[in-house]
Order: sequence, then C-alpha cells, then structure tokens
Amino acid sequence: MPNRTITRRTAEPAWVRRLLIALAFLHVGLLVALPFASVVCQAFGEGLDAFRRLLASPDTSSAIWLTVSLALVAVPLNALFGLALAWGLTHLRLPGRRLIETLLDLPFSISPVVAGLLFILLFGVNGYLGPFLRAHHLRVIFAYPGLLLATLFVTMPFVARELLPLLEASALSGEEEAARLLGAGWWRIFWRITFPEIRWGLLYGTILCGARAMGEFGAVAVVSGCIRGRTNTLPLHIEALFQDGDLHAASAAASLLAIIGLVSLVCRLASARLHALAAAQRPPTT
Amino acid sequence: MSLLRLLRRPRCVPMLNFGLGMTYLTLLVLVPVACLVLRAANVSWDECRRVLATPDNWAALRLSLTQALLAACFNTVTGVPLAWVLSRYEFPGRRFLDVWIDLPFALPTAVAGIALCGLYGPHGLAGSWLARLGIQVAYTPLGIWLALVFVGLPFVVRTVQPVMLNLDLSQEEAAACLGASRWYCLRRVVLPELLPAILAGFSMALARGIGEYGSVIFIAGNIPGETEILPLRIVHALEGYDYTGATILAVAMLAVSFALLAVINLLQRHRRA
Repeated sequence: MPNRTITRRTAEPAWVRRLLIALAFLHVGLLVALPFASVVCQAFGEGLDAFRRLLASPDTSSAIWLTVSLALVAVPLNALFGLALAWGLTHLRLPGRRLIETLLDLPFSISPVVAGLLFILLFGVNGYLGPFLRAHHLRVIFAYPGLLLATLFVTMPFVARELLPLLEASALSGEEEAARLLGAGWWRIFWRITFPEIRWGLLYGTILCGARAMGEFGAVAVVSGCIRGRTNTLPLHIEALFQDGDLHAASAAASLLAIIGLVSLVCRLASARLHALAAAQRPPTT
Repeated sequence: MSLLRLLRRPRCVPMLNFGLGMTYLTLLVLVPVACLVLRAANVSWDECRRVLATPDNWAALRLSLTQALLAACFNTVTGVPLAWVLSRYEFPGRRFLDVWIDLPFALPTAVAGIALCGLYGPHGLAGSWLARLGIQVAYTPLGIWLALVFVGLPFVVRTVQPVMLNLDLSQEEAAACLGASRWYCLRRVVLPELLPAILAGFSMALARGIGEYGSVIFIAGNIPGETEILPLRIVHALEGYDYTGATILAVAMLAVSFALLAVINLLQRHRRA
C-alpha cells in the first residue's frame, strides 16, 4: 500500500503552495472560464433579441432537427456495436487485440477534416463508388447519409473505449465464470452479472457519444456542403451566422450547443460519484 | 436444433458478438482508411511535390506544425503544475476547478471557436484591451496558438493527474530525510516518475493541435499564406474537387503526426531502458 500522507517534509512551503493555487485559478479562469462566460454574455448582449431572431429563422429549426436526428440514429448504432465489440473482445483471448484497439482509436487520432475526406474519397463525385451512386441516382455526400457516416465515424470509439476496462474487470473477476459453472447461459450472465457492473459506464459513454455527435464540426463540414435549411447542422449553422456577421445570433446558437457540453460535464461528475458509491457498497473481497 | 447446439458451444456467443462489432468497425473505419491509403499509393512523386511546393500549402503545413508544437509545449509547462495543485493540495474550490479542466473536451469545437473569437476579436473584451497594448490576437498566428492551447489544456493534466495521485510519498520522505531540498526532490525523485505520462499527454495535445479545425478557423481569419491552417487547405482542395491534392495534404499531415508520435515513443522507451 503506497504511502499517501503528506508530511512537513513532503510539502512545499506555504507561500509556494498559495502561489501555485492562485496561478491555477488564474490560468483556468482566463483560459477556460472567461471565453465560456463571454459567449453567454454575447448571446444575451441584446437581451433576448438574438435568441428570438435565431429561433424565428426556419434555417435554425431545420438545423436543430437535423442535428438531433443525426444523434438519434448515430448514438444507438454506436452504442450497440461498441458494446458488442468490447464484450466480444474481452471475452475471447485473441491475438492482435492491441491492433484492434489501435484501429478503434483511429477516429480519435485522425483530424476531423481527414475523417470527412475519407468518405468523400469513397462516395464523392470522383470517389471509388461515385459512378455507381450516380448511375443509381443516390446521393451520399452533401446529403443525410454522408452526414450520418461522418458522425458515426467520429463517435465510434466513445462507448467501446468507456466499456473495455469495465468489461475486462468483469470478465476477470471470476463471478462470470462461477455463474457459467453453475449452468447460467451467456444471456443470463450478461444481464445478471455484467450489466450491473457496466451500466454507468455505458450511460456515460453514450452521453459522450451523443454530445460529440451533436457538436461535431470538422468532419461534418467537409461532407455537408453547407446547404442552408437542408444539410446545415447546428454547429455548421453557427459558422454560417458568423459569416453573415451576426455575432450575437451565432453566440446564441453556440450557447444552445454549449448546453450539451455542460450536460456531459454534469454526467461525468454524476457517474464518478455513482461509481464511488457502488464501490463503497460492494462487500470487501478479502 | 443444430443451431441451438452451436450456440451452446462455449466460445460461440463471444465470437458472434466480436464478429458483429468487427464487421461494423471494418466497414466504418478500416475500409475508408484503406481507400485513403490506396488513393495515396496511386499518386506520383511529381504530383506530390507539386502540391506540397505550392507556397500556400507549404506555409499552412509550417504554420500548423509550429503552432501545435508551441501550444503543446505551453500546455505541458502549465499543465504539470496544474495537475500537481489538483492532486496534492486541499483548498476550497478544488473540485470546482477540477471540473472546469474538462470543459474544453466537453464543449463542441465551434462553440470554443465563437467564444474565443468573441473574446479576443477586435471588438471583444480582451481583444480591445490587448489591442491598446499593441498586441493583436485575432487573425494572427497568436490567435491560432490560443485556440490550440484551449483545446489541448485537458490532455496533459488528465494524463499526469492519476499518476501523481498514485505516487508513493515514502520515496520523497526518504529523499527529504537524506537532506535533499524540496526542489531537488521534485526534480530528481518526482519528475522522473511522471515523465512518461507527461510525454504521453504532450503527444496527445500535439496530435490534436495539428488536426484541429473547428475552434481555429473562427479566430484565425484564414488569410492565405499567413493564417491558413493545414486542415483548412484540405477543405479548400475538396471544395475545388481536387481529391488528389486533398489526399496528399491529408497523408502529409498524418505522416508528420505519426512521425512525431514515433519519436516521442522512442524517447519514452529509451528512458525506460
């Protein structure tokens, strides 16, 4: 058990401590809190006018609807397949697991613009499947399917990444094996033993996935073509408003979108709290 | 009947799930990436040189790289003390501060872009104040750096913090008993333990910085040859249906970031050996 008690000998002098704490507050305040506060202030700069103007425009409502509908399709798909992949990966001893995890992380490490480019190379006019799509009068790029593919790509890792360590721990804990030896089927083991262990992780991963699906900008910008009222998502609509020079309306749209970020932050806190609670309630193993 | 018996076999169900997940991952990630590689393999060297030698593209590559490096360095230098404060000190508002660190992760990039542009733009609160001092942030490389510092802030803090929380203080105690000053002990006992995590955080912030798009383009002003970042050049190439140019730029960007990550990995392994 590592020693974690700070004594006089392992503490910095009080003035150093105070200085560092003050600097930390200053740093986070100036760099993170101030921009966040400024976007909210800007949105309310003209009272509620900016919001009224924003919400009155039919382009905005179609952008909101498009963003929500993308998330509603992308999140369940990624949650389902992410769960299947993570569960299969942890319950099989396969060679090359590291390779698969690297592949899974790829959407995180690739620039969002390149993620969009990938689908243009496949489905664009000069793409590999371009002639086929044109012959059958199908549109992928600059239409809903392209937006969906780009969103699916960038949000793919969230659920699987969140679940991999939890499922690993559950598979190694011995409880599942005990249940199997007692004759329980896979389905029953999953619902009775695995699922209670992973449910908060699954919820948190899903929320992160949803937040990113609604907030994604780069990948979606490349494949959308930004046709107002048709393929403009809410983040792209912010840019369109900004290009029009209406900073107040753009800020109003941005603060609507910022709510999503705040929700995912609150969920992070709540899931950490729930996790600690669950760990405290579990009887000690030794 | 035979299907039921097949399902009873011990590895069948995990295999089925794994196969399902893998098929999805292959179709969604592997096939598109393979197409990019295939496309890049068919590009001739001359064409590659022509695209990269275009002054605007070359300037964008240099700009993206330098600003991402500078931002990652700044985030490392400030992120380590920040993680130290959060993991070692008890003070009112610690949890509150801890939550704010994650905001750049949670905030959609377009929101971050608008926020920074509103604050540091010529009419913004901080922008007008800095302009009086003769510093222009918006529409200059400084603005790009600022945006990259914002999005990269959590990487170093969040990779270093868990390692700091798990440090065994007995070693520091021993060093202090043997007469080491606090500063010497931090440098020679604590820092070597943290170094792998610091490097990992640095490389993640760097990789994110090179590819970042949404938060930068608002504040950058996008003046060709001056404040155009590399991802924006890719977007411009695609708007002109120049798939080959876009592919070359994308592969160049991926190559540069993989090369940097490989160097950092080597450094890490070298230290451990």
